[in-house]
Amino acid sequence: MAASSHVSHDHGHDEGHGSLKSYIVGFGLSVLLTLASFGTVMSGVVPHHLMLPGIVVFAVAQLLVQLVFFLHMGTSPGKQGNLAIMLFTLLILAIVVVGSLWVLHNMNVNMMHPALPQVPTE
Amino acid sequence: MFGKLTLSAIPFDQPIIMGTLLVVMLGGASVFGYVTWQRKWAYLWSEWFTTVDHKKIGVMYIIMALVMLLRGFADAIMMRTQQAMASADAAGYLPPHHYDQIFTAHGDIMIFFMAMPFITGLMNLVVPLQIGARDVAYPFLNSLSFWLTAGGVVLIMASLFIGDFAATGWLAYPPLSELKFSPGVGVDYYIWSLQLSGLGTTLSGINFIVTILKMRAPGMTLMKMPVFTWTALVTNILIVAAFPVLTVALALLGADRYLGMHFFTNDAGGNAMMYVNLIWIWGHPEVYILILPCFGAYSEIIATFSGKPLFGYKSMVYATAAIGVLSFLVWLHHFFTMGSGASVNAFFGIMTMIISVPTGVKLFNWLFTMFRGRVRFTVPVLWTIGFMVTFVIGGVTGVLMAVPGADFVLHNSLFLIAHFHNTIIGGVVFGCLAAMNYWFPKAFGFKLAERWGKASFWCWLVGFYVAFMPLYILGLKGMTRRMNHYANPDWQPYLIVALIGAVIILFGIFFTVLQLYVSVRDRVTLRDPSGDPWGGRTLEWSTSSPAPFYNFAVLPQVRELDQFWTDKQDGVAYMRPNRYEDIHMPRNTGVGVFMGLFGVVLGFALVWHIWWMAALGLAGMVGSFLVRVYDRDTDYWVPAAEVERIERARLMRMQKVGMVGVATPANDEQQAA
Amino acid sequence: MSHAAISATADGIHVPVAHGHGHGHDDGSRTLLGFWIYLMSDCLIFSGLFATFAVLANATAGGPGGKELFELPYVLGETMLLLVSSFTFGLAMLDMRAGHRQRVLVWLFATFLLGAGFIGMEVHEFAHLIHEGAGPDRSAFLSAYFTLVGTHGLHVTAGLLWLVVMMDQIRRRGLNADTRRRLSCLSLFWHFLDIVWICVFTFVYLRGVI
Repeated sequence: MAASSHVSHDHGHDEGHGSLKSYIVGFGLSVLLTLASFGTVMSGVVPHHLMLPGIVVFAVAQLLVQLVFFLHMGTSPGKQGNLAIMLFTLLILAIVVVGSLWVLHNMNVNMMHPALPQVPTE
Repeated sequence: MFGKLTLSAIPFDQPIIMGTLLVVMLGGASVFGYVTWQRKWAYLWSEWFTTVDHKKIGVMYIIMALVMLLRGFADAIMMRTQQAMASADAAGYLPPHHYDQIFTAHGDIMIFFMAMPFITGLMNLVVPLQIGARDVAYPFLNSLSFWLTAGGVVLIMASLFIGDFAATGWLAYPPLSELKFSPGVGVDYYIWSLQLSGLGTTLSGINFIVTILKMRAPGMTLMKMPVFTWTALVTNILIVAAFPVLTVALALLGADRYLGMHFFTNDAGGNAMMYVNLIWIWGHPEVYILILPCFGAYSEIIATFSGKPLFGYKSMVYATAAIGVLSFLVWLHHFFTMGSGASVNAFFGIMTMIISVPTGVKLFNWLFTMFRGRVRFTVPVLWTIGFMVTFVIGGVTGVLMAVPGADFVLHNSLFLIAHFHNTIIGGVVFGCLAAMNYWFPKAFGFKLAERWGKASFWCWLVGFYVAFMPLYILGLKGMTRRMNHYANPDWQPYLIVALIGAVIILFGIFFTVLQLYVSVRDRVTLRDPSGDPWGGRTLEWSTSSPAPFYNFAVLPQVRELDQFWTDKQDGVAYMRPNRYEDIHMPRNTGVGVFMGLFGVVLGFALVWHIWWMAALGLAGMVGSFLVRVYDRDTDYWVPAAEVERIERARLMRMQKVGMVGVATPANDEQQAA
Repeated sequence: MSHAAISATADGIHVPVAHGHGHGHDDGSRTLLGFWIYLMSDCLIFSGLFATFAVLANATAGGPGGKELFELPYVLGETMLLLVSSFTFGLAMLDMRAGHRQRVLVWLFATFLLGAGFIGMEVHEFAHLIHEGAGPDRSAFLSAYFTLVGTHGLHVTAGLLWLVVMMDQIRRRGLNADTRRRLSCLSLFWHFLDIVWICVFTFVYLRGVI
């Protein structure tokens, strides 16, 4: 049997183990990033053209924080499957969102959809 | 009290529908009476309806698919008849509103309730056996998936007699499908029957991914999996990735119709093309969801009956995976004419041409598998060869339409209709029937009669060409799809030929039914005592036919691809183990049936705006599920002695026909002759 | 020889199943994998809704847009409720592993209250908007807004129902293999909803008022 070829690892509970410390760190970071996001828009200190990039960066950062500290995503052998599935999902997600925006934006422009500001005809 | 539902919802004034209703009621009553007379209700309930056995669920899926094939084909031949008649001054026999429902129902039934159940049924029947597992990962969920799909079938069939069905085309494009232009209940039937069965499909997709990833026999690495299982894996990944988008599209259309929202309406900022965009993000992967398992079945068949390993196994796997990803990048070729401009159309046109490459790779694999093999021209092989020839034509016309400029001419013409029937009949229907002939013995323990199988194949093949080649020509002549009547008498001869083709296909279907009848009648002479009637290569043929409910008394060990073939060569295929072990099995449950039933109640109530009944249906579904959640008696152990008794009986049967210890089945040579 | 106590992992390496219950039925990891795949399919439902919202974000049809409608301090309150509930659920999971049934129940109840508070705030917000004439039937933008945010809310509501069932099961049956597995799934579900909410407040609310 080939069973001996591999060191037994944590397979009974694939969910993984966070510790109290990791939950507290994750929670603290999430609170900070949330406040940073809202602060970017509400405080009035951030220049207008930097707002959108700012909140996107904070959102991505918080997504990563929660994935690592709350959902315990990682690259350990037991987690690779879940990670691969998630990356594939992200690919499809990107195709759906970016593709829809691209395709419909082009259609709106070419077909002069009323949702867009009309080009003056005179 | 009953929302929009009144007695006038039943179309008493439509003789065609009332006649059908009469036939259905008489047929239903006689089946009901027969089962009651035979006292088989308890048997059906305890052995079939409540079963969690993947093989029985697979059989039920396929029976449902065959029944819906009859319904969908009835629609088809009615359309062909109408178009053969309704030229110039003649109006035909179908009024436009009825005709529009028929072409809508034909498309929806054939895709959602014929092709999908058929391939889901095949995957149910075959995948666990091929990977050496005793069941799927979640047997109860599997039962639930089936009954949700069956609920969708009930709803779409109910629409025939109570109210009407959508008259919008099979994807119910807005704004036509919006409340303003389709005020009846047809589109609502469409939405809820598809949502119900779509939920079932998604759940079964999850089920099979986990089954394939987690439950393979010891030693079966991914690259030692049979090709059918590979295609099933990719198909189920596509299901889980694509069906949510369909759910969204239909839910948003529903929000427009039920809650007065403005996603796809003409006014208040709605954008109908967003629906078209979403539905095809699902729709294009969907056609690969249907075709990939059929590719898998062809691969198994051609390798088995050529007596050779599949040529280019790895390239087959990579081609399948490539198709899986690329299928998400071509959806816009369904609506080049929307007006997205040159750059968008060019991108999707090129991607569409690229996706044909892996399919071409597969074709060469099959050809080279046959090359220098000893091909036995059995019924499954005939279907496979018929597929290879036919599908290439469909593929070529598809690539032709991938050129956006050409598509502007051919869009929504009969050329398109001919193209996708060319791929779906030539690919999916042929594949399903090939697979049915191939794996039937594994499900029932006897083979299907060759003679009527061959008759069916030739009728389908010839009928297909006679029915659809004229449509290519008509498309080039400018005839558009979905026409209830046309003014140009030049088209009529082609449409009469197409009708003749449909009639030839009708004979093909008749012969398939006859084949099933004759085979059941002659089941003793057609019996498969070995479990390996074709000289198979993969694990499903190593167990008995029909497979015992636990599939494998001892889980097989896998060291290479086509392990069973090697075992037969080495004379170790039917070794008796030293001792048997207790086997852990799931218990049957009726919860799936009840959830499906409440799903029908929910869907029907929503269609007719009967809100109290909708609440009842939803509460019933949630409640049934909670009953299951609190049920602790969900599995049991089969004692080793029981397993040993069943296995010993099988070995006795095999020894009687001189099977045990023989490297390849003794009847292999006879079949080759 | 016995192969019953062997299970195959995705990469084809097999490891013996440690516990006696197994016999090839390693339900814990199998269920969690399936539930993870379900979450990914749910994620794609949200991707369709986000795509629709993005496409229709400017289609206000002369009606009010995000700038006029959204009150960011209120949304920050909702966000904090959900975030804290994610944390309390994490604490429940820690106590589950430590086997402290009572404390699990306490943390789950806290999670339930926070989640219910979130739903209450959302319902109030929706009612307020509809009262002001900015209901989902006003414009395509508002249809997309209500549907996206509402779908998230429906998920949280389903999570609340699930929480009730889990509290009842843990109270009756304790922390056995079944309840642990189910609680692990619910934990994934709950954290997943928080992640979706990050995208909601960023791309719907914050972007809406920029």
